[in-house]
Amino acid sequence: MSQTLIVSGSPHAKSDLTVRSIMWGVVIALLPVFAVSAYVFGVRAIIAVLVTSAACVVTEYIVQRFFLKQKPTVDDGSAVVTGMLLAFNVSVAVPLWQLVVGSIVAIAVAKMAFGGIGTNPFNPALIGRAFMTVSFPVHMNTWVVPRESLLSLGVDRATGATPLGYIADAAARGEPLSTVAAELPGYSQMFLGTIGGSMGEISALAVLIGGAYMLYRKLISWETPVVFLGTLAAGTGIFWIIDPTAYADPLFHVLAGGAMLGAWFMATDMTTSPMSRNGKIVFAAGCGLITAVIRLFGGFPEGVTYAILLMNAFVPLIDNKFRPRRFGKGVAS
Amino acid sequence: MTELLIYSALSLGGVAAGFAVVLYIISQRFKVEEDPRIGEVTELLPGINCGACGYPGCSGLAEALVDAADEGDISHLTCPPGGADTMKQVGRYFGLEVGSKHKTLAVLRCGGSFAAAPAKNEYQGPETCAIAHSLYVGVNGCPHSCLRLADCEVACPFDAIEMNDETGLPEVIPELCTSCGACVKACPRDLFEIRPRGKGKAERRVWINCRNKQPGGIARKNCSVACIGCSKCVRVCNEIVQAISMEDNLAYIDPYKCISCGKCVPVCPTKAILATFTPPKPKEPKKETADTQA
Amino acid sequence: MAVVKTFPMGGVHPPENKFTADSAIQILDPPDEVAILLGQHIGAPAEAVVQKGDTVKVGTLIGEGKAFISANVHSSVSGTVKRVDEALDAAGFRKPAVVISVEGDEWEERIDRSPELVTEINTPAEEIVQRIKAAGIVGMGGAAFPTNVKYMVPEGKQVDTLVINGVECEPYLTADHRLMLEHTDEVLIGVEVLRRALQVERAVIGIELNKSDAIEIMSKHAERFPHIEVYGLKVQYPQGAEKQLIKAILDREVPGGKLPLDVGCVVNNVGTALAAYHEIQKNRPLIDRVVTVTGSSLSKRGNFQVRIGTPFSHAIEAAGGMPGDVAKVIAGGPMMGKAVPDLNVSVTKGTSGILLLNKREAQREETVACIRCSKCVSACPIGLEPYLLEKLARMEYWEQSDEHDVLDCIECGSCSYICPSNRPLLDYIKLGKVKVHEMRRASAG
Repeated sequence: MSQTLIVSGSPHAKSDLTVRSIMWGVVIALLPVFAVSAYVFGVRAIIAVLVTSAACVVTEYIVQRFFLKQKPTVDDGSAVVTGMLLAFNVSVAVPLWQLVVGSIVAIAVAKMAFGGIGTNPFNPALIGRAFMTVSFPVHMNTWVVPRESLLSLGVDRATGATPLGYIADAAARGEPLSTVAAELPGYSQMFLGTIGGSMGEISALAVLIGGAYMLYRKLISWETPVVFLGTLAAGTGIFWIIDPTAYADPLFHVLAGGAMLGAWFMATDMTTSPMSRNGKIVFAAGCGLITAVIRLFGGFPEGVTYAILLMNAFVPLIDNKFRPRRFGKGVAS
Repeated sequence: MTELLIYSALSLGGVAAGFAVVLYIISQRFKVEEDPRIGEVTELLPGINCGACGYPGCSGLAEALVDAADEGDISHLTCPPGGADTMKQVGRYFGLEVGSKHKTLAVLRCGGSFAAAPAKNEYQGPETCAIAHSLYVGVNGCPHSCLRLADCEVACPFDAIEMNDETGLPEVIPELCTSCGACVKACPRDLFEIRPRGKGKAERRVWINCRNKQPGGIARKNCSVACIGCSKCVRVCNEIVQAISMEDNLAYIDPYKCISCGKCVPVCPTKAILATFTPPKPKEPKKETADTQA
Repeated sequence: MAVVKTFPMGGVHPPENKFTADSAIQILDPPDEVAILLGQHIGAPAEAVVQKGDTVKVGTLIGEGKAFISANVHSSVSGTVKRVDEALDAAGFRKPAVVISVEGDEWEERIDRSPELVTEINTPAEEIVQRIKAAGIVGMGGAAFPTNVKYMVPEGKQVDTLVINGVECEPYLTADHRLMLEHTDEVLIGVEVLRRALQVERAVIGIELNKSDAIEIMSKHAERFPHIEVYGLKVQYPQGAEKQLIKAILDREVPGGKLPLDVGCVVNNVGTALAAYHEIQKNRPLIDRVVTVTGSSLSKRGNFQVRIGTPFSHAIEAAGGMPGDVAKVIAGGPMMGKAVPDLNVSVTKGTSGILLLNKREAQREETVACIRCSKCVSACPIGLEPYLLEKLARMEYWEQSDEHDVLDCIECGSCSYICPSNRPLLDYIKLGKVKVHEMRRASAG
């Protein structure tokens, strides 16, 4: 009877959920995407993912250990998530040194400079991608033919563009879509992923498998991806109904480019998305709308990156305006 | 090429000059006439903007001083961190009497160290006294004890409070303490008291190092240096200046009556009275059991 | 019972760990000495009406609750009053108490100790409320709010339903579960007594689905009571919180700062109903209660009928003695219970359980940075933003805490339970509540 008792405030129970389990859960959810990118782009894709992940982890460790003098927390897996997402967001044609630079920017500038995990206002992987897009435009826009030269370490043969690229070109030339129809892949190809594009953006199926896993593990809420893709489909759908010869159909927009990866893995990033359910819906709708606007009228063929980054900036405002409905106090504003 | 350079230099220079003129006009037009004395008095103050005087920063106090000087009396204003030296200079500046407020400091009134009041349980939770205090009695069972979680150290704007790792208790560093009262507010158990620094250069002062109001037997169960309300100190002091009073089993030394003779210190059976100097030996050392109750 | 009812927002589902669900209630002999606190309830403590040396029997009034919100206290044992001074409460503070040396087990004559069921209720409503007050009956679910106060419906308020809480959503605890199984009829008659006292036509009993045997037997026996309905509720914490229970069964929301009375109902625990039965039908004031004594390493854990004032150590001894690995002892359940600093604290009217946690279960993990996962926001059954309230409390922004409804928090602990960063959310929210109350009092007076 002489034990010293511990006294603490309630509750005296704690769920098994930890930051580590969440982050490594996301890594597991990314594995199908990884598998498809390896299948379609070969050894180089595997190397690219390993390089970005390692670069992110090392950068985070160095910054925490030597600059911030903190206890490094790289084992929580968040840097691995950023690294994998960064690789999935770029073309396999990007040289390794550029990937390393992108990783350093993603972690050191977009994450650690703001105080590390939980405090970064913008999605680090997307900042890395945006940085690389402006810094290394040539390689970032070189797309590799799928299922060719799988074992090669260099980039042998590049094609012209991604599906979204073809459409943007056609629109820029003022020609109807039918002129590039032959170049566009079929829906089943886009769904399965045997197309050109960024490493992780090619297969909608792989993203969906990972997304389903995250929903099952309750790592994300269904509202974000559904509303994101729904708004994108609705936005692009209106123009498609008005003029199907000039605009692509909504299904194409949902499957093409980074929409799937962005909606399931980037817009759902916990740190850079709103806290309340209503806030998440507004955030996702904003992402979908801006993506649609950029794709339809913007100078870039793809808009997911900038849409999410822009909406990231609105998160504090959204959090402030869209609070959960208090029990017993009418309906939320 | 040269043409381009010249034109850009000229246009940029023109814009800059234009802005400069506009800014100058605005600053002249909206110039606020400030009493030059405020700036000069601010110079005399320590410049740490602590707010201990009750005004927003040193310039706030300076403004108040200037206003008060115009009324002819600044004796109600003091600068706690600057102390008498600063106020003397301020007084000389205005040619007015300054307040003769006692120089004070914060005094901790708890001796519940690791050794004197050993832990009976382990607290786990946010390392802040405020939360531990609202949760339960504390690690050593004394409801009036220091919780040893350093809310005072965090609150002190002058780094004048340091937690002693050996005792677990906070220590006030007299040289740094400005008696701003932040610790008094921060301590959920009200263990800090602002008291005069005491007599002479050596700052001789005496105080009861305890706030426990429980009956002696219970207080002693949790802490060997608790005031047990035996009233011995009261009896000793009654013969001299009647500076010690007894209420709810707890003695209190009125610092304004206390003459810092130190005679109460050795009679305390639990060593609950502390002094900043070596107290005199008692005349007739009587052997008595420690927990005599009043 | 076709639709499983539940509350709509928030909630968590911690491991149930109801080890003692199958162990019948055992009667625990009184200890050698009891320390009966005079303030076991919310409100002013009772004033002692006995003195040192007085002889008392089981059921003798020893403390009188004189304030409007207060409760009488009765001796739970027979013997001699040893001291009238102080004893440790669950937080380790010394509070007014009556300490009695136990001699024999003699009961007051008026108490009917026979096991016969008294079905007929002959007491008029007003007298029931008075006798509930006289018997010192308080909420037995843990909050210990004086029951009679709830039954004094203020002018202008309409009450139509009595809600009886048989949810027992706290993990580990099985006291109410066993009560419903073993004292089904007494509980139901007690509910009927309370219903008449409240003068309403409808009484509903909510029971979580993990107690299907209790739902079955209660529903079956309730068929004889036309005004009583039994509802099965989804297993989701905090289903047994007053507001959540009302929402689940009646679909009414009690706003922050309001009472169940404001939406036309009164909520009582099944234990309270049993206590009402005992007093009204058997003249037996509140002198004991069922306590679940449990823990993963306790050898003879079970449900015990314990006299009020029994020290925790005595109850733990009866359950097999203190295991060597115990690091934390909790009065109540793991979600809302209080960790006690000392085993000499005594069982009160609100002690629903004594839970022993070992080192691994008791240890808090290291707190890491908030990753804004929003789990706390979705877990909060009141729709608060725990992450924000924690931040505001850390910065001592009490006004903003008030604006963000910190006072509406019901302290269920779902936020801290779910937080992947092990943040002490509820600790800071509770601090915020204390400070906001202080601030409000200061600005009011």
